[in-house]
Amino acid sequence: MSLAGQAAPGDALEPIKGRSLWDDARRRLFANRAAVASMIALGTIALMALLADVLSPHAYYDIDYDRIAIPPTFDEQHWFGTDANGRDLFVRVLYGARVSLAVGIVATVVSLIIGVLWGAVAGFVGGRVDAIMMRIVDVLYSLPFIFFVIILMVVFDRNFILMFVAIGAVEWLTMARIVRGQTLSIRQKEFIEAARAAGVGTFTMIRRHVIPNLLGPVVVYVTLTIPAVILAESFLSFLGLGIQEPLTSWGVLISEGANEMETKPWMLFFPALFMAVTLFSLNFIGDGLRDALDPKDR
Amino acid sequence: MTGDALLSVRDLSVRFETPDGTVNAVNGIGLDVAPGECVGIVGESGSGKSQTFLALMGLIASNGTVTGSARFQGTELVGLPPRRLNQIRGAKMAMIFQDPMTSLTPHMRVCQQLSEVLVRHRGLSHDEARAKALAALDQVRIPDAKNRLDQYPHEFSGGMRQRVMIAIALLCEPALLIADEPTTALDVTVQAQILDLLGDLRRRMGMAIILITHDLGIVAGLCDRVNVMYAGAFCETAPVGPLFRAPQHPYTRGLLSSVPRPDQRGGALTAIAGQPPNLQMLPPGCPFAPRCAYRFDRCDTERPLLREAGAPAHLKSCHLGGFTESGAVLP
Amino acid sequence: MSEAPLLIVDDLKVHFPVPQPGLFSAPRPLKAVDGVSFTLASGETLGVVGESGCGKSTLGRAILRLIPTTAGRAIFAGEELTALSEAQMRPRRRDLQIIFQDPLASLDPRMTVGDIIAEPLQSFLPELDAAQRRAKVSAMMNRVGLSPQMISRYPHEFSGGQAQRIGIARAMILEPKLIVCDEPVSALDVSIRAQILNLLSDLQRDFGLSLLFISHDLAVVRHVSHRVLVLYLGKIMELAETETLNRRPRHPYTRALLSAAPIPDPSLERDKERLMIGDDLPSPLDPPSGCVFRTRCPKAAEKCAHEVPALAARGAEDGSVVACHFPD
Repeated sequence: MSLAGQAAPGDALEPIKGRSLWDDARRRLFANRAAVASMIALGTIALMALLADVLSPHAYYDIDYDRIAIPPTFDEQHWFGTDANGRDLFVRVLYGARVSLAVGIVATVVSLIIGVLWGAVAGFVGGRVDAIMMRIVDVLYSLPFIFFVIILMVVFDRNFILMFVAIGAVEWLTMARIVRGQTLSIRQKEFIEAARAAGVGTFTMIRRHVIPNLLGPVVVYVTLTIPAVILAESFLSFLGLGIQEPLTSWGVLISEGANEMETKPWMLFFPALFMAVTLFSLNFIGDGLRDALDPKDR
Repeated sequence: MTGDALLSVRDLSVRFETPDGTVNAVNGIGLDVAPGECVGIVGESGSGKSQTFLALMGLIASNGTVTGSARFQGTELVGLPPRRLNQIRGAKMAMIFQDPMTSLTPHMRVCQQLSEVLVRHRGLSHDEARAKALAALDQVRIPDAKNRLDQYPHEFSGGMRQRVMIAIALLCEPALLIADEPTTALDVTVQAQILDLLGDLRRRMGMAIILITHDLGIVAGLCDRVNVMYAGAFCETAPVGPLFRAPQHPYTRGLLSSVPRPDQRGGALTAIAGQPPNLQMLPPGCPFAPRCAYRFDRCDTERPLLREAGAPAHLKSCHLGGFTESGAVLP
Repeated sequence: MSEAPLLIVDDLKVHFPVPQPGLFSAPRPLKAVDGVSFTLASGETLGVVGESGCGKSTLGRAILRLIPTTAGRAIFAGEELTALSEAQMRPRRRDLQIIFQDPLASLDPRMTVGDIIAEPLQSFLPELDAAQRRAKVSAMMNRVGLSPQMISRYPHEFSGGQAQRIGIARAMILEPKLIVCDEPVSALDVSIRAQILNLLSDLQRDFGLSLLFISHDLAVVRHVSHRVLVLYLGKIMELAETETLNRRPRHPYTRALLSAAPIPDPSLERDKERLMIGDDLPSPLDPPSGCVFRTRCPKAAEKCAHEVPALAARGAEDGSVVACHFPD
């Protein structure tokens, strides 16, 4: 480190490209085998979900009355078998992946945006603003989540979008708390004082100095939020509050599979396998990111 | 001198394996400390001055390896199993650190922290240990020691905490005290008191002190002999008088001239140009050559060895002939 | 220095409320800075020296309005800064900059060096385009001894001394009139310290800067300052020309500081007369009555406990002032 900034004599005045903290983190992340394997696994599942219609000749709603609830077979390309209605399980698992991953990503992005802005403003402005904003978070925290979702579903009817909103609306609370804590510690740093002395306003300060510096822990938390959201969706679907037939999600498939578990285990096994691989991968990536972003804590 | 030396270090090296490569923190240090002697080790951050003595105490990080020899009262310390090292550490050889705030356990009363050492190393009963702890606090001049014995570390000021650390280090009457930047975290008026205390304790108990510091002023006041360290090796070793009167290594001269002196105000200080070297890729020649004003061809190709510089106990590692007291260069 | 001073600080007070244990106890004020007055001329360096907790950093930040003041005034170039709102204050920051103790902590780790140095330009000269900004940044990097090649690098790729040069470049880019240097060399190694001190005095000469140089290190302060202000528990103990302070320190605390600073010369260091003072700093929440220094003062008398000594010339004719009933 001590030599890094020294100019070698006779160099042309071409600026030397610096290594940002993100570059360093990326290098460390790609050196982590578990994280790289997880990224490949997750990428494969996502790609398969996107290419579901290409990979299989069946549509997720096509009913094959001749082959109801058959085990996995190469016959007619029912690789994962069919479900109790004779629909191809392979394509349904991939469509389930679309829904589950979409819920996971969209709800997490919603929680990310609200949570980061809310937490950063509360933490940076401080004082009474902070107190009021965080009490609102506390109140929302104390609402029972399931109750809240059921009421929403009953009042506004079951609806795909509403579920994203409902889950995101709960998940941002934790995000806001994490972000606020980080912001409080960033606010004490001397570079914030230096920026104030340089005439930077509050909003620019949050955008330019606070948010980039708290992204590290936030990114880690995001990778842990996605599985939490996927699980929440599965849970709602399991209760029958989630996705509507014929569209499906992993939660719905697992719920159906669980009913037939003893006689037709493949109906549980495949969706459960996909979901488990996804959740494992996200957790490994989260771990890898934490190590990569915070090498001191390893 | 080796025969009656308390501590005799030969060719000691410390290397750290890091993901970015090997760091050569200490490169072949040799040092003798006589009983009752005060030896100063002066260097800047990253010069390896702390790592040398952490290595002796068996306290270096797990990715470090120590080679060479360090004999303390005839016992070889390098490679000694931790259990044997523990018997020496604390009892015959003690160390105090820069930060008195973090060296004490926050949730234990001072009395417990003092007596723990005695109960373990000396097998004293708790009452005996308490009496001794009280005596120890008196010895380091903590006022009202009797009442402060049952207080927690946070109730002590920085200077008082460093006194407690010294008291703990002295409990078993060690023959050697290693003080690693003991006053760097303290205010000047407090620093003066701690240094005065160290000098006084040394005279009364006849213990040897190794004082590690970056501050030449502290060394000037307390030490008998000084070793100046640069890039993991000693570049100059001399009794304190000659070192300050006629420094022989350009680095020592540079250090002395970069300190503002009370007798001269304003004007430019003679700074040493450049930055300390990267310990992962030391140059083949003299490590100080890139910053040295007197460098010539030989400095870039051949690493200078420690050799006698004029007086018998005055050693330097420099290819130059030397400097006179007035600063003229000898060929 | 007959012209009007650039900065006038008049009876400035900064008190922090400290919450007390107990549900209904009112917070007590911690008087970090308690009635400090001085002036600073154009092109002058005023050293502020004192031990940890004496309020020297708070004083510097309060003048720059980085922390709120409780009472008193700071008048900069004829304008009362302490009366301005935060929004009115922002344009004034062009002329008032600060350099910090910990060079790395004062640089945003996610920004390149070029962006860090250019930040004040973005705030105050938004009309500059990217190329003009870059040219100015490169020129300033050259001026403080950094190669402009480093413009796209990040702070963690630099050593402490270089990081401090980046901090200085950021403070200098708008060519301000006053820079508060808050322990600018305390975190640096001895050999690097001299480089930075030389750089600061070069910049002061070339740009006619005024410096408020805050440090705990009397040797450094004496080297760079025209006048020195000695602070203890938020109050001025002595304010004098550096020469005078060196030759004839009048406050017992100044004498203690002078005698405690180690001299890198064995014969001087071992023979010097020492004035030891006790090392228990009283709690700033509960300062001693009368003279705040009396609990550690070798000359403390009955009078010192009852009467606060005013800051006055007390027989000096060279403009130096001392707050002691029994000055030397």
